[in-house]
Amino acid sequence: MSAADLNGRPQNGTGARRRLVAAGAKVGPLLAAVAGIVAVWYLVTYVVLSPERRFLLPPLHQVLGTTLGNPNVMAPMLDALGQTVGVALSGLAIAVALGIGYAVVMAQSGWAEKVLYPYAVILQTIPILALTPLIGIWMGYGFGARIVVCVIIALFPMIANTLFGLQSARPAAHDLFTLSRATRAQRLFKLQFPAALPSIFTGLRNAAGLSVIGAIVGDFFFQQGLPGVGGLLRIYTLRLNMDALFMAIILTALFGVAMFSVFAALDRAVIGRWYGRGTP
Amino acid sequence: MTRTLVLDDVTKAFPTGTVALERVSLSVAAGEFVSVVGPSGCGKSTLLRLASGLDEVTGGGIEVNATSTSYVFQEATLLEWRSALRNVELVGELRGAPKADRRRRAQEALDLVGLSGFEKQHPRQLSGGMRMRVSIARALVAEPDLALFDEPFGALDEITRLRMQTELQSLFALKNFAGLFITHSVSEAVYLSTRVVVMSGRPGRVVADIPVPWSYPRPPELRYEPEFAALTGEVSAALGEHS
Ligand SMILES: Nc1ncnc2c1ncn2[C@@H]1O[C@H](COP(=O)(O)OP(=O)(O)OP(=O)(O)O)[C@@H](O)[C@H]1O
Ligand SMILES: [Mg+2]
Repeated sequence: MSAADLNGRPQNGTGARRRLVAAGAKVGPLLAAVAGIVAVWYLVTYVVLSPERRFLLPPLHQVLGTTLGNPNVMAPMLDALGQTVGVALSGLAIAVALGIGYAVVMAQSGWAEKVLYPYAVILQTIPILALTPLIGIWMGYGFGARIVVCVIIALFPMIANTLFGLQSARPAAHDLFTLSRATRAQRLFKLQFPAALPSIFTGLRNAAGLSVIGAIVGDFFFQQGLPGVGGLLRIYTLRLNMDALFMAIILTALFGVAMFSVFAALDRAVIGRWYGRGTP
Repeated sequence: MTRTLVLDDVTKAFPTGTVALERVSLSVAAGEFVSVVGPSGCGKSTLLRLASGLDEVTGGGIEVNATSTSYVFQEATLLEWRSALRNVELVGELRGAPKADRRRRAQEALDLVGLSGFEKQHPRQLSGGMRMRVSIARALVAEPDLALFDEPFGALDEITRLRMQTELQSLFALKNFAGLFITHSVSEAVYLSTRVVVMSGRPGRVVADIPVPWSYPRPPELRYEPEFAALTGEVSAALGEHS
C-alpha cells in the first residue's frame, strides 16, 4: 500500500486514474441500465404512442421540466418522501430487532423451533392487502399503522435468514464448544451469532427492499397526517397528473435502489472485514 | 505409569441398530502415543467421541484420568471470523482465563507449531497445512494430559502430511501427553506411535496391538529403514487379515 493510499490523497496521476477506473467499473453497469430504461421510455412515448395518447407516458424531459423546477410540486413531494423514508427505516429497525430475537429464541431448541416457526410462516403467507384494512381499524390511519404494515412485510426474511445462519455452525465446531464446557450464552455469542452474520446481512438486504414497499403500501392505505409518497401516488392518479405521478415513481425507485445499495455495500464491508479479506 | 485413558470392554450400538464397536479394550498411559488403524466405518471416530465424553457407551466402561483433554478434528474446524491467534485463544476464553495470560499462551503455542508471524491471518488466508497447525496449537494450548486426534492429516497433500508427522512427533517428545491418534495410513501410525492398534471391520474389535520400539524425536529418514518397512508390513498384514 502506498503512502498516497494511506492518507487518501493520491499524489500522482496513476492513483487517481486507477481509482476512476475502479469507480467506473462499479457504476458503469448501473448507468447502462438507466440509459436502457430511458431509451425504452422515449421509444414508447414517440414511436409506440400516437400523439393523442402520448399523455399516458409523457417524455422524461417533460416530467422533469414540469416538476423539478416547480416548488409547488417538489416541496410536498420531498416532504412525502421524507415521511416514507422515516416509516421505512423505523419499520426496518423494528423488523430487524424482532426478527433476530425471534430466531434466537427458535435456535435454542428443536422444540422451540417446531412451536414457533409456523407463526412466522403464517405471517409470511397472509397477503398483506388482506390485513391492511384490519390494521387501519385497530391502529388508526396514521404513522403507527404504516410502520406496522412495513414491519409485517419486512419481518420474514429477517427471521428465516437469521435462523438459517444460527444453525449453520458446523457440528464439529459445536463439539469443540461442548468439550470446552461452553455455556449456552458463550455458544450463542461466540459461535452461532458470528456464524450467522453473513446470513443476517442477506436478510437485512432483503428486508431493506421490502421495507420500502411496506412503507409505500402503508401510506397508500393510511392517509391520516402528513402524506407519504404512497399517498401522493394515489392523489396524482385520481387527478391524472401524469408528470407528477411519474416523478413520484422515479423518486420511490431511487429510494429503493439507494436502500438496497447501502445495505449491499454495508454487507460487503462488514463481511469482508469479518473474514479478514479487507485487512487494514 | 498412570493409565490416562482406559476403555474396558466397550460396546457402542446406535439407536439405528448399527453396532459400531464391540467389546473393545484399550488403554493409553502417560507418555504413550497410540495410533488406531482400521477399515473405514469400523468405529474409529466413535471410539474418540466416547473417549472424549461427546458420546456415551452402551456397554462396558471408560475411565479418564486427565484434568484436561483436547481433541483435534479431521477438519481444522477453525472459526473463520477469528484470526489464527484468537482461534487458539478460544479455549482459554471459554474457560474464563485472563486475557493477557491466554494471549501469551496462544502466542507460545503458535510459535511452537511454526506459525510466528501469522497470528493476525484469518483461516481463509492460510493454507490447509497451516490451518491444521493452528488446530493443533489450539489443542496443545490447554496443556492436555490426553490428546485425541481424528485423522487430522487425512485431507493434506503427501508432502505437507509428512512434514506435519515430523512436527507432531517432536511436539509429543516435548509435551509428553498421552496421545490417541486415528489414521488410515499405516506408515503414519508406525512413524508417530509407541503402539499401533489394529481394528477389524464393523463391528470394530481390536485384532492386534503392536509395539513400536524407537525413541523420540524420530528422524524423517526412519521411514526408509528396513526395520520400519518390516513393522509397517506387520501392521498391514494384521489389517488385511481382518478387513
Ligand atoms: N450418530 C450415529 N448414528 C448412527 N450411526 C452412526 C452414528 N455415528 C456413526 N455411526 C455408524 O457407526 C459406524 C462407525 O462410524 P465411525 O464414524 O466411527 O467410523 P470410522 O471408523 O471413523 O470411519 P472413517 O474411517 O470413514 O472415518 C458407521 O457404520 C456409522 O454409520
Ligand atoms: Mg472417522
